[in-house]
Amino acid sequence: MPENQNNNPEAGLPISSHRAGKVSKYKIEHYVAPLEETPLQAVDSVKAAGKPLSMWAEAWRSLRKQPLFIISGILILAVIVVAAFPHLFTSIDPTGKEACQLENSNEPGRAGHFMGFNLQGCDIYARVIFGTRASLMVGVMTTIVVIILGGAIGALAGFYGGWIDTVLARLGDIFFALPMILGAIIVMQLPAFRDNKSVWTVIVTLSIFGWPQLARITRGAVIEARNADFVKASRSLGLSKFKSLVRHVIPNSLAPIIVVATVNLGVYIVAEATLSFLGVGLPPDIMSWGNDIASAQTQLRTNPMMLMWPALFLSVTVLSFIMLGDAVRDALDPKARKGA
Amino acid sequence: MLSFTLKRIAQLIPVFIGATLLVYFLVFATPGDPIAALSGGKPMSDATREALTAQYNLDKPFWVQYGLYLKNLLTFDLGMSFSGQEVSDLLGRAFPVTARLAVLALLIEGIFGILFGVIAGMRKGKLFDSTVLIASLIVIAVPTFVLGFVLQFVIGVKLQWVKPTVSGAATWGELILPALVLGLVSLAYVIRLTRTSVIENKTADYVRTATAKGLSRQRVITVHILRNSLIPVVTFLGADLGSLMGGAIVTEGIFNVPGVGNLLYRAILKGETPTVVAVVGVLVIVFVLANLIVDMLYALLDPRIRYA
Repeated sequence: MPENQNNNPEAGLPISSHRAGKVSKYKIEHYVAPLEETPLQAVDSVKAAGKPLSMWAEAWRSLRKQPLFIISGILILAVIVVAAFPHLFTSIDPTGKEACQLENSNEPGRAGHFMGFNLQGCDIYARVIFGTRASLMVGVMTTIVVIILGGAIGALAGFYGGWIDTVLARLGDIFFALPMILGAIIVMQLPAFRDNKSVWTVIVTLSIFGWPQLARITRGAVIEARNADFVKASRSLGLSKFKSLVRHVIPNSLAPIIVVATVNLGVYIVAEATLSFLGVGLPPDIMSWGNDIASAQTQLRTNPMMLMWPALFLSVTVLSFIMLGDAVRDALDPKARKGA
Repeated sequence: MLSFTLKRIAQLIPVFIGATLLVYFLVFATPGDPIAALSGGKPMSDATREALTAQYNLDKPFWVQYGLYLKNLLTFDLGMSFSGQEVSDLLGRAFPVTARLAVLALLIEGIFGILFGVIAGMRKGKLFDSTVLIASLIVIAVPTFVLGFVLQFVIGVKLQWVKPTVSGAATWGELILPALVLGLVSLAYVIRLTRTSVIENKTADYVRTATAKGLSRQRVITVHILRNSLIPVVTFLGADLGSLMGGAIVTEGIFNVPGVGNLLYRAILKGETPTVVAVVGVLVIVFVLANLIVDMLYALLDPRIRYA
């Protein structure tokens, strides 16, 4: 603890002058211990000024300084604003009657329409801006549903163990063995889903196949926290099993869940685009990046910009969520922080 | 080891039954008249319709249908598709194609992923490391189908290095580009995983000992660092084999590969239960077996892990 040594005037001397290194023959220098050594108590004492920072406050402190976090945070904020108020960014309403003029079909960009036009003569920029909302909705809502569903199942399985754990783990295995896109295609073909195609059916479908992964991670984190001393202490103080789960175990297992959920938000946005691309995702009348990329595939050779712009926006959004997840993981993992 | 293997194979049974039951139920619940699809929309006499309904067991309740299906499965009878082909024939033709595709993708992932990962890890913070990190992030963020279109367009159509689509024979050479597209996202994950693992291990005591013994740098890297860094990578690759085969739907669609993904996609849209369940069943088996092999490989890579 270097700051403690500063209390001692002797310790202020440059340490190198005491080192017995390569000794020159003209100037023999002996190692002499300073007369008054820093007392051991001073070295070991912990500066107890102020409350110790909680894990979250400390994580926030290190996050604020990370360029990765700042860049991804700004990008995500921008995407959220675009999704909430698309009218602020374009004067063209792509759903309006005058929005698409067939004479503009596949026209390259020009003043006021720098991204050019698609096959129907609609302004690509306006469509990309208005498509943000559906894509972001799917990502955010699926993440929330998956955290609640997978988190609850994983926490129950990990905390109570026994037969509950076995049953829930096997149930998760069954869903886990089905690749997400594959299972989602089958579910989207069900009558209840196929006849009511909307943002919500996509969210429900992705959640059905997304929860097992989060349940596994929560289960692992809960098992680790369950055996900690502070949980035993809370139990011996008379807290019921369920209350100690909610108050002590879950808050202490949140870190890995948050990291995985942030990265997965991007994965769900890509999954929605993939489903729309396969023709089973969002209905064609909902504007989304996935739908626009899907309709661009037939025009790839004549008008590649139709594919590039929505794909670029999609990729940058997903990239920001992945970077945010990376930054949060570094901040929450003290082991990684020490190495950096 | 043997009892561990048997136990793992026994665990496969409930997962297999559960997954096929789930898929069977989902496809069963999907409306649409399979018999009408069978006739291609042409009118059909009531007698023919009844005979066909009985032939495909469509008149029986759900549990009976599923039970009959499982019973036939035990005798390796996967049922008939609605176009009158044996599902086992269809699968027999499509499966090797997808298997080739997945193996190629896995090779690309394994070789380039570990190579780049080790180099990046050994040169942490240098130009190569930063380039690889940024490139892998971009690859993860761009959806597979966009990458597929762009690579098909640039390499296949513009540069004409390879044919943009795959022929019916689906030879190894034709499958290289689709396999690259299929494996690219996982390649990025393998690089990042290997890199992290190498960085963690290269400061370990046994590495210092190995260097101090006077071993060459090459031997220290390949034998001491790599072997100890491979465990998380192998886990990922094993789990990835299953998702590669399932995820092939998109890639096979873009490059017109006559594989399992294509077969499955068309069968789902047609509501062809026997084909869908058979394909999903095979995929589930591949997934679980791959995980079993990964568990076995653990013992090889880390002698401390022994299965009683």
